[in-house]
This record gives sequence, structure tokens and C-alpha cells, in this order.
Amino acid sequence: MKEIEELLAEQPFFKGMDPRWIAFFAGCAGNVRFDAGEYIFREGGEANRFLLIRHGRVALETHVPQRGPVTIYTIGKNDVVGWSWLFPPYRWTFDARALELVRAIGFDAACVRKKCEEDPALGYVLLMRLVPVISSRLQATRLQLLDVYGTARGPRAGASA
Amino acid sequence: MQARLPDPMVPVPFVVRRVRRETHDTATLDLAPANGDGFTFRPGQFNMLYAFGIGEVPISISGDAQRPLPVAHTVRAVGAVSTAIRTVRPGAMVGVRGPFGTAWPVEAAERMDVVIVAGGIGLAPLRPVLYHLLAFRERYGRVALLYGARTPQDLLFRRELEQWRGRFDLHVGVTVDAPVSGWIGDVGVVTTLIPHAPFDPQDALALVCGPEVMMRFTVAELRKRGVPAERIVLSLERNMKCAIGLCGHCQFGPHFVCRQGPVFRYPEVEPLLTVKEV
Repeated sequence: MKEIEELLAEQPFFKGMDPRWIAFFAGCAGNVRFDAGEYIFREGGEANRFLLIRHGRVALETHVPQRGPVTIYTIGKNDVVGWSWLFPPYRWTFDARALELVRAIGFDAACVRKKCEEDPALGYVLLMRLVPVISSRLQATRLQLLDVYGTARGPRAGASA
Repeated sequence: MQARLPDPMVPVPFVVRRVRRETHDTATLDLAPANGDGFTFRPGQFNMLYAFGIGEVPISISGDAQRPLPVAHTVRAVGAVSTAIRTVRPGAMVGVRGPFGTAWPVEAAERMDVVIVAGGIGLAPLRPVLYHLLAFRERYGRVALLYGARTPQDLLFRRELEQWRGRFDLHVGVTVDAPVSGWIGDVGVVTTLIPHAPFDPQDALALVCGPEVMMRFTVAELRKRGVPAERIVLSLERNMKCAIGLCGHCQFGPHFVCRQGPVFRYPEVEPLLTVKEV
């Protein structure tokens, strides 16, 4: 069976990271699994960990009155789930639900934060990897807001005629 | 005496053989020449379809170039002409001019991985590519189809998508911007499927079609993944009227999209894609 450090080194999120830092993160990490339909965390709940998905898909949801749970975004293999653990008030802003069997590496948030506070260089390394994730999710959300398929123009489907 | 070529400005009558409803506003029409003539095309080309007495629109051919007849066109109703064409019944006649325009470089992709990124009705011009790749599957490396639509109800070719998903030699990723209750597929824009799709960015050809803003973001994501600019191919949409490069309606900088396009290598159009009005 592979050690956590080995599993982390295989993850694109940790690709190229100094083994010294990987060892730091491995000290806060463990394998977790969630069955299909199981909630990984709930909106408003304490953001006490984050995940790196090794297998399966996770839906980020919010509850809309009259509509029930609405999926905002789905996250899959090699993706990071959650960053609300990084800053106060450490509360989740969405629900996360396993859409199928999910195997992931879970990180204890308090442990990671403590190590980052003790060694800001580690915090910098982590942020340099988390910020691109946050940035690409923001960009994807902006594109989603544009509702590009709802416009009249399309690829030779008649344009506006 | 040399035979006269048909006048490209004169529509040829085609009979509507079959109409398949794809979504609430989109249908696929199977057309056959009324005079029994043959028809050939290359994946990515389009025809001008004429609704008699109403007008003409450019519509991509969405069928199989290996079996070109009847000629399939997937039409989304967005204006008077496309609405008239989408609502025709079997047995009706439409005028057809074409095929026009450049084709997807399917031969250039041989021995390489191919990633197809389609948004909305952009899957229609790319379906002939998929037919080609699957017909000559052994000539290509890994093939990935990444498809995004507005909602699950807006997905085109649902039955085929399910069949393609069942194949072991094809990766199919489908995502929607806005799910409905019961949808258990992916949610998010099509660009989110690119980072983890199975293809070698250094040895892949990317074929992209969809709304222009979606293509811009898709190109950015493909470049981020490491696909060289010259290996990215786009199909552009402009206001095509004559389809033979005379009228200038579809001019895009130095290009007439109807003749030099609609299929372009990304470096050919890169400087123009970010210009606010060309």
C-alpha cells in the first residue's frame, strides 16, 4: 500500500513540490472515502479540512427555496475541494456531496494552518498552488455567468437570420 | 465541349427526408437532392439553406462525410429563416447551395491525440469529425470529446452521446452550465473539462467550435495545458451571405470567413479574436 507521501507526490497539485514540503503536508493528511450521496460538508459547518480527490466526483450545492439543492459546480479527480478552511470564520459556504464513491486525501485544516503559521515559506508554497485553483474557478464562474449558449448567435446555426 | 459547372449562387432543390427534434429550438434535417444527384462534403463545411420566399442561412453539415446522403443539417431557430427551416416537414423542399468553406484538418491529426471541444450547437459542425475519427479509429491516438451546453435539455445528439460514452476508445466529457433536478452529470463551463481530459498536449490536435467567447476561454485553457497554438483549430461564425467570397459580409480582418474559413488555425485569427469590432 502506498504511503501518503507517495500519494501526494503523484497528485498534480503537489507536482514538482520539494519533498520536504510534501512531508509537512503528509503529516496532516489521511485517506478518506465517501459513498455516493454522502455529504462531505454542509454550508455553515466548520471548515476543518480540505480534500484532494483521487477518485470520483463531488457536487458543490446550495439550497434554493422552492427548488431544493442546486448544483453550482462539480469537481473531479485531482481537484481540490474547499478553501474556506484557510481563513476566518472557517465556515463552509456551500454543501459538498459525493456524486459517486469518492476516494480522497483529506487534510486536517488546523494542522495545515499551524504549520503554515510556524513556517510562512510553507504557507507561501501552499498559496501559490491554491490561488491558481481559486482563479480558474473564478474564471469558469464568470464564463458561466455570461450564459454564452443563450445568445442568438451560433456556429452556422443560422446566426441571427 | 467542356461541361458547365453549376452556378454556386443558384440553389438546388433538396427534399426534406426526415426531421429529428434535438431540443426545444433545434432540429436535424436530412436532405436529399430532388433530382437524384450525388453530394459530397468534407467535415466542417457548410451549406447555404434557402427557405423559399423567406431567405437563406449558412448551416454546417452535421452528418457523416463517408455516407453523405441524405445530408444532415442541425438547425437552431434563432431568426425568421432558421425558424422556417427548423419547422419544415418531411416532403417539403429547401434550396441548397454548397458545400462551402474549409474543412477540419482530420488527416493532419493522424497518429496524434485529438481533443474536440464543443459548446452548445458547436457540436453540430464537429459531429462529422467524430464520425471520421471513429470510422478510421486505428489512425488516431487518444480521442476526447468535451461538450458543454447551457442545460441538460440543450444537449444535442443525446442518443449518440450515450453510445459514444459507452466506447472504450473514446473519452466523452459532458457538462452543463445550469443543471436541472435529477442531473447527475458535471456542472460548469466546458473549459473545466480540459485540465484532466486524457490527451497528450504536446502531441494533440484540438478542434474547437462554439460561441466565440467560449472559444477564447477554451484556447486559453488549452494553452495553459500546453497545447501549441498551431495545433488549435477553430471554426468561426460570421454573417455569411454569398458564401463565395464576393459580398464581403463575412469579412474578418483580412479573411473572408466563407472562403478562407470557417475553419482556421488559431494563429491565423489570434490577433483578431480580441479586437472588439472587426
